[in-house]
Amino acid sequence: MSFVRLIRCVLAMFALGAAMPAAALTPEQIGKLVSSDSEARIEALNSVAAAGDESAIAFLQALAEGNVQTSASTKKIVTVADGKGTDAITGKPVEKLPEDLDEVVANNVFRRELAAAIATLKLTSGDRSVRLAAAKTLQDETEGDRLPLVERAIAKESDAQIRQLLERVRANLQLNSKDKAVRLAAIVSLGSSVNPNTKTILLEMLAKKGGEFAEKDADIRFAAQKSLAEVEGRLTTGERIGQAFSGVSLGSILLLAALGLAITYGLMGVINMAHGELIMIGAYTTHVVQNLVRAHVPDFFNWYLLAAVPASFMAAAAVGMLLERGVIRFLYGRPLETLLATWGISLVLIQAVRTIFGAQNVQVENPVWMSGGVELLSNVVLPWSRIVIIGFSAVVLLLVWLALTRTRLGLFVRGVTQNRAMASCLGVHTGRIDTWCFGLGSGIAGLAGCALSQIGNVGPDLGQSYIVDSFMVVVLGGVGQLAGTVYAAMGLGIVNKFLEGISGAVLAKITVLVFIIIFIQKRPQGMFALKGRFADA
Amino acid sequence: MRKSGPGALFGARGWGGVIAALVLVCAVAPMLNLVVPKESIFHMSDFSVSLIGKIMCYAIVALAMDLIWGYTGILSLGHGLFFALGGYAFGMYLMRSIGLDGVYKSPLPDFMVFLDWKAYPWYWSFTDHFWYSLMLVVLVPGLLAFVFGYFAFRSRIKGVYFSIITQAMTFATMLLFFRNETGFGGNNGFTDFKRILGTPIATPSMRMTLFVITGLTLIGFFVLAKWLVTSKFGRVLQAIRDAETRVMFTGYDPLRYKLAIWVISAVMCGIAGALYVPQVGIINPGEMSPANSIEIAIWVAVGGRGTLVGAILGAFIVNGARSWFTVAFPEYWLFFLGAIFIGVTLFLPNGMVGLIAQLRAKWGGRTSQEKTA
Repeated sequence: MSFVRLIRCVLAMFALGAAMPAAALTPEQIGKLVSSDSEARIEALNSVAAAGDESAIAFLQALAEGNVQTSASTKKIVTVADGKGTDAITGKPVEKLPEDLDEVVANNVFRRELAAAIATLKLTSGDRSVRLAAAKTLQDETEGDRLPLVERAIAKESDAQIRQLLERVRANLQLNSKDKAVRLAAIVSLGSSVNPNTKTILLEMLAKKGGEFAEKDADIRFAAQKSLAEVEGRLTTGERIGQAFSGVSLGSILLLAALGLAITYGLMGVINMAHGELIMIGAYTTHVVQNLVRAHVPDFFNWYLLAAVPASFMAAAAVGMLLERGVIRFLYGRPLETLLATWGISLVLIQAVRTIFGAQNVQVENPVWMSGGVELLSNVVLPWSRIVIIGFSAVVLLLVWLALTRTRLGLFVRGVTQNRAMASCLGVHTGRIDTWCFGLGSGIAGLAGCALSQIGNVGPDLGQSYIVDSFMVVVLGGVGQLAGTVYAAMGLGIVNKFLEGISGAVLAKITVLVFIIIFIQKRPQGMFALKGRFADA
Repeated sequence: MRKSGPGALFGARGWGGVIAALVLVCAVAPMLNLVVPKESIFHMSDFSVSLIGKIMCYAIVALAMDLIWGYTGILSLGHGLFFALGGYAFGMYLMRSIGLDGVYKSPLPDFMVFLDWKAYPWYWSFTDHFWYSLMLVVLVPGLLAFVFGYFAFRSRIKGVYFSIITQAMTFATMLLFFRNETGFGGNNGFTDFKRILGTPIATPSMRMTLFVITGLTLIGFFVLAKWLVTSKFGRVLQAIRDAETRVMFTGYDPLRYKLAIWVISAVMCGIAGALYVPQVGIINPGEMSPANSIEIAIWVAVGGRGTLVGAILGAFIVNGARSWFTVAFPEYWLFFLGAIFIGVTLFLPNGMVGLIAQLRAKWGGRTSQEKTA
């Protein structure tokens, strides 16, 4: 992420700097930088970086982006931007580009070095965010030559956060110093790092090679051990937080997927195997709305979700109500037949989507405000998309709860669930309530699809991967209980993510499924059961 | 409805049908395939031999499903798992009899060489013995079904709940088999079999042998299933299906009956899987996908639940339609299959067998007695 931002900042600078002559570089240096001898290139690069002249950035940036081109016939080196060329040595615009221009190719090693060199040069930039990004880029740098520049930057730096980062960079660079005191100080300062690579560096120092320690000095080993413990402690905390967050995130996704099922299965007792496909319909509706907005009102593209959310609810609800009227209502009271018929419906829906949109996954783009994330620690980034979905599922949950407990429809639904005959006697159109209730559950599945489209692939098989999970959540939570569904979804999400950290994704999933199977043996009614006395539960 | 009491398996027509099927499988099909020259219109192509062989395996699974769903009222969504487990158990033997003929010329199967394993894991021990692996074919699905069924039935898990947890079991096992480290070839499963008991596997005579064995097994299981459902045991099963609580209150323990038929049914699936694998030449975790298990139920529903003949008929109708559709209109197959699921549950609660009986009653004036024969 930080790298992308770096590039963006630099692009802006580059636009300004392109017109200026690259006076900081001698023709000889430029010649070396575009040569094909990679050692000479890196050497030249390091000397440019060590000189610390900010005006060299523009050319290096152009090099990194592949905008520098050479012409073999005219021996010219040209930086090209927007179809206009600038002579790299004289800095004058080139009227007519030579025909045989050839891009200067940078291999991966050179690219890495380039990025580091650019970052080093930018440490003295006037813009705080540019400096911050540069300091972050340099976190893994171990090239000793950069030390004087970093020192200089630290001396000038007034911002505490950047200073801290730079001190860590300095410590990294000082590790190979000849002075023991400098090395000790460097190791101690590394103890404050949250960078996973610091751990690797320290571990290497403590490793044994052929019976002997890689690091001969016992004092340094001791210091490294201490720093390592600190870093590891901090990293573990970060990992825990990350796991807990992704657990809650998975839980909220499960909750969204299962909430609709909690209504159709939990309240109405309809085994809807096509539930997953209703989720898929929601996701595809989002895709369609996105395309429409992009085509007709591109200015509002960032807010297309405002239209997609209600649209996916409506689409899935409409399909759901159609299913209820057309098929499911003939099968009330025959759960196994309902299961088979709805499975058939799911096959038809999958094939229909394949026929309309093709078998490939379709593209759903995140709005800009959902990309990126909150960086808690350097190894814990909470993506905005996940945070938004957690919030969204909380809102949906609240709305469902309100709909069921505070509205007339909710009252009727509960009435019909508890005693159909009595509700009917009191004038409730039970058939109509069934349809609305099923539509509500299906619509929520559509909302889940809309949310899922923001974080995963949207394809015809999308629903299939959620159907087993959704049923597990509802069954585990206890049929007919919203609270149970919430606890089950969150519990499963968090347990799953923590197990993933221990045993890997697949084994974690298997463990959770086995756990659910065993749990149901013990409590067939789920965690929260409606109390009652039935011989035939 | 049924005149004959426990013990009378078939009427004269029933026995006639069984004998006709025996003759078809053991004499007519081999003749048509191996003896009749290829140019003749009566020649049975190798393709049809393997197709019908495959469908007969499915028919065994459908029979097993009919016993547990049609007669006992328990809808299992795990029969694909038992089928695949039987296939894997026999596949282990087939993999080991490849010997040194694999791509890497190693005594280990190629996928283990790929994982850089040096020896067989413990659960592969003795699988190079034919009889031991046949034992596994019966024991693995049987034991899994016994353990799972014992706990599920003891907790009185019924109806949809049972279906859902069998599906969870299938799904979990599928994920397990998809892992490479599980030691069953991961994604690709087992394939490239070379021989059974030293005989090359890809010859017409071997194909025919497997075909005949499958056919005999199917007929054998059909008679066995018929015997089971006409016995007192079968009567109790049907009573459990119709009113389990009442059966319990009259002094029967449903657990034992349900568990017995559940295990028998799983073992039948395992054997079907073991017959299936050498005929199609591949087994992979895709066979365990929940979709396959649900489809088994629809074979039975199409043919007619609780009729046994219907299960076999359904397996042939649906799978025959599949092989025709996937050649003629591949993109409409799922529409058709979906329509079968919906149509049969809505309009044909008794399946094809029920439909035929209905039509006969309407036009022929024949009684429905023959329906069960």
